[in-house]
This record gives sequence, structure tokens and C-alpha cells, in this order.
Amino acid sequence: MLVRELKGIYVIWLRELIKFWREKIRILTSLVQPAVWLFIMGKGIGSSFAASLTVDYVQFMFPGVIGMTVLFTSIFSAVSIIWDRQFGFLKEVMVAPVSRTSIVIGKALSGSTTAMIQGTMILLFAPLVKVHVTLVILLQSMFVMFLISFTLSSAGILVAARMESFHSFQLLMNFIVMPMFFLSGAIFPISRLPLWMRSLAVINPLRYGVDALKGVIIQLNENSIMLDLSVIMVLALVLVSLAVYVFKKEG
Amino acid sequence: MAILETHDLSKRFGRMWAVKKVNLSVEPGEIFGFLGPNGAGKSTTINMLTTLLKPTEGQALIAGHDVVAEPEKVRQNIGLVFQDPSLDETLTARENLYFHALLYGIPAKSREQKITMFLQAMELEHRKNSLVKTFSGGMRRRLEIARGLLHDPRVLFLDEPTLGLDPQTRRLIWKYVIDLRNRLETTIFLTTHYLEEAEHCDRIAIIDRGEIIAMDTPANLKSRLGGDIISMDTADNAAAAAFIENTWGHAVTSQQTGLSFKVANGEQFIPVLVKSLNIPIKTISVRKPTLEDVFVSLTGRNIRDEVMDEKEGMRLRVRARRTR
Ligand SMILES: Nc1ncnc2c1ncn2[C@@H]1O[C@H](COP(=O)(O)OP(=O)(O)OP(=O)(O)O)[C@@H](O)[C@H]1O
Ligand SMILES: [Mg+2]
Repeated sequence: MLVRELKGIYVIWLRELIKFWREKIRILTSLVQPAVWLFIMGKGIGSSFAASLTVDYVQFMFPGVIGMTVLFTSIFSAVSIIWDRQFGFLKEVMVAPVSRTSIVIGKALSGSTTAMIQGTMILLFAPLVKVHVTLVILLQSMFVMFLISFTLSSAGILVAARMESFHSFQLLMNFIVMPMFFLSGAIFPISRLPLWMRSLAVINPLRYGVDALKGVIIQLNENSIMLDLSVIMVLALVLVSLAVYVFKKEG
Repeated sequence: MAILETHDLSKRFGRMWAVKKVNLSVEPGEIFGFLGPNGAGKSTTINMLTTLLKPTEGQALIAGHDVVAEPEKVRQNIGLVFQDPSLDETLTARENLYFHALLYGIPAKSREQKITMFLQAMELEHRKNSLVKTFSGGMRRRLEIARGLLHDPRVLFLDEPTLGLDPQTRRLIWKYVIDLRNRLETTIFLTTHYLEEAEHCDRIAIIDRGEIIAMDTPANLKSRLGGDIISMDTADNAAAAAFIENTWGHAVTSQQTGLSFKVANGEQFIPVLVKSLNIPIKTISVRKPTLEDVFVSLTGRNIRDEVMDEKEGMRLRVRARRTR
């Protein structure tokens, strides 16, 4: 029984990974946006505003840009459910003898894996922004990326499970994903924001992920990393359970 | 014992009952046809039987398992070919089957061999490494059928398996379905718009507006109509119709192509008619009732008239477009 479920999770995961690997062009182009943020926005904003930071602004932004990559990859991976629904493949999965729980977990794990791979590719830019990354830091960051993207993918699946069209996906991007990014501490420190923005940031999962990445990569975290990781894990559990619940209700 | 059973199975969407108190009992190895006009509730019934949709009321059992209480047990016993495309177009034909094999836990030992066997049966072996994106509508359909069969299901559901396919592909699919039943005793539950195909079924249920209005073997359904159908064209159809109605009392239907009416024994009636009718006859023929006639007499509608409605037309266009 358990073996069967594990196999189910593996198959769902494997399919996504094969599809991911097949689109090598997309993997490469998805590196462009972070690079733009880092080298154009980073230098631009940095020269005008960041004199008060203890590190160079580009270095400050580096973990945030990794967080951004992880965020976008996770969300895109999760909403591929909408594609699967439109092209009918979702039905093939839904009538297979695999539980809804395994489907959701497999999907979330594939999102985390691809997001982690993409995030790690950004991390390899480290020498260009004069951030020193040791093997330990690399492994720790990968672990953090995996956890955040599991949480974010679960959130994405939860939303996509009810979505029929790409129109609603646009709304999701504009009203949830972009604010999530801006209130994550990726481009400016949360502690210097007005109170109402800080209170919003408290419920933003990405905020904890970015903070943990900052701690691991440039040792500049605002919370303790333990706190960050605990919040992410609790959120992961809650969100994945909700996603399973919604999927079960669907049929 | 029946392998598929429903008791007052019903589904409501909003205020409308798409399926109303359907009672079915299908034996192992039976080829069971589900006929009805567009929107009759065929796909909705299949979706409930295959655990994709929860019934509003009533019960359905597959291989003894309740579709609501034990959905995963049910899913292990069924194969399904959907009305709408459901392949992953970004994978190859072989990969689509491979993932299916993994999903259904087909042991690694027999996996490759089975995939090859079904690809050959559906005449797709030479294209196994092409992306499904590049397949024609008929090839996709055959691949979906191969996929639905890969795990040796005890019950195979085929929702419009041959819609929009060329006669050659339709024949291939039917040959395989019948062979499958004969070899493995697979139970087949299918819907179709092609009434000629329904003749292959052991039993047929006709559903209209969510309700079953007839269920029997094709032969019994036809013989229930009684008699033969005579079609003829004459120099003056209106006068001929009046003459036949007055002389023998048969109800005559006029169509553009001529007249038709029902008599007890066509072969004996034609000589009598030819002798007594003074109007020159251009053509005359006698035929046994078809399922089409059964369908018309039960629903008052012609199943073919409705095939190319908006939805269906779009579906065919989608397939055609993807073919390019
Ligand atoms: N998800 C849904 N929500 C609301 N109404 C639905 C839904 N699915 C089907 N219906 C309605 O239920 C009725 C039966 O639809 P169904 O798809 O079962 O018909 P069908 O017999 O398969 O028709 P076709 O020959 O066109 O495939 C239709 O009136 C349809 O509009
Ligand atoms: Mg249908």
C-alpha cells in the first residue's frame, strides 16, 4: 500500500522533471530575469539608496533574487495543473489508482525540485557579485530552497486546483505573487518598512524563506534561521493538507 | 454476478437532473452500448462510474466495489478512454504508455513487452518515439485506446471511441475490442453515435434526457418495432401515399427522397403493391428495421441530426487543428 503510494508520487514527480529537462531553452531564459534584477536593478538601486547597508546592495539582493527565482518556478510548476486540465491529461491521473494525496505530494515535490535546481543555478553566479559560497553554504541553501518551494508549490496547487483558466492565473500573479515578492525582504529590508507593510510580511511565507537564505548566504538574517525554517515547515504542512483536501473534494 | 451495477444512479447539476435513476447490470465479458442524443447524460454516467464525479443519489458498484466508498479499488479495475483528448502531447507515444504503466503498477518485467504489444496492435509501433503533438487525430485515438488497455482492466469504458475517425481506423478499433472480449473476457462499456457500430454490442441501453428508455439486445430492440420498412419513389408521391393509406391503412412518411412505411412482411407485400398501384414506380426497396429506426421511434429524433452540433463540431475542429 505505502509502496504503491510512493510509486505514485514518484511517477507524478518524474513526469514533471522529464518535461522540465526537455525545455532546456526555458531553463536558460528563466535565468535572464534574475540576471536583469541583479545586475541592472541591483546596481541602479544600489548606487542611490543602499549606503546605510553593511554589505554591498548587489550582495544584499543576491539571496532575494534566488528567492524570486524559487517563487516563480514554484508557482509556474503548480499552475501547470491548469494546463493539464485544459489538455485533458489531468483526467488520466485522476482515474489512476493513485490517491489524491500522492498526486498533490508528487506535484509539490516536482515543483520543489525544479525550483531548487533553478535557484542553485542562480547561486552559481555568486562569484560575480563577490559572495563567497562554500560547499556547506551551497548544501544549506539548497535545503532552504527546497523547503520554501515545497510550501509555495503547495500554495500554488491549492489555488490552481479550482482554477479553470489562465485569466485567473493572471489575477493570481498580480494580486498575490508580485506583492509576495515585494514584501519578502528580497529588495529592501523588512525592518525598515512602515508598520502595515511589516504586518503583511508576517503572513508571507516567502519572507521567511528569503530571510533564511540571507542568513545562510550572507549572514544577514533578521529572524533566527530556526524560526524561519519552523514557520516554513508548519506552513508547508498546512498548505499541502489544504491542497489535498481541495483535490479530494473535486471528485 | 454482475461486474457493473447501478441502483437509481442520479446526478444533478444545479436544478437539472443530468442522470435520473439509472439502473444497470452488466455481466462480465459483455459489450454494453450506451446510446443517446447529445446531452443525454452518457458522459456524466461514465464519469460517475469511473469515480470522477460523485453521484447526487443512488449507488454504483464496479467489480463489487462502491465507487464512492472505495474509489481506488474501483480505479484499479477499470480502463478509460475519454470523449475528449487526454494525452500528454509533450511526451512521446511510448512515454505516455510508460507513465501509464508506472501509474498502474505494471511490473518492470512485463512493462516494455506490453507497451510494444499494444503499440503494434494499434499500428503505432513505427511512431513510438514521436511526440504526440505530431500525431493525427486517429493516431491519438489509437494511442489512447492502447493506454486504456495497457493494465488489463476488467472493465473498459470507451466514451465515443470512434468519433470523427475514418472507417478504416474504426474497423481496427472494433476488431480489437471484440477480440479483447473474446480473449480476456474484458467487459466493455461504450457510448457511440454510430448506430451501425452499436450493432456489435451484446446489449444496448438508450438514454434520453437522463433516463433509460429502452434496454435490450440490438435484435430484440429491432424486432420490437415489428415488420419491414418499404421505401419507394414514384411519379406522384402524394397520390401514391394517399392510395396506400386508403387501401391498406399503413401510415406513410413522406421525405424528399420518397415515401416509406412499415408492413408486416415486405417481400410478400411488394408484388401486391406493384400490381394494384396505377402510378409508375421509379424505385422500391425493402429493408429490416435498423437501430436508427428504433431510436427514432423511441425518442422522436434522429441521432445523426444532432451529431454535428456546436460542441461536436468544435471538438472535431480541435482535433483537426492539433493534427497539423
Ligand atoms: N460539469 C457540469 N456542470 C453543469 N452541467 C453539466 C456538467 N456536465 C454536464 N452537464 C450537463 O449535463 C447534461 C448531460 O451531459 P453529458 O456530457 O453527460 O451528455 P452526453 O450524453 O455525454 O452528450 P454528448 O453526446 O454530447 O457527449 C448536459 O445537459 C450537460 O450540459
Ligand atoms: Mg459525452
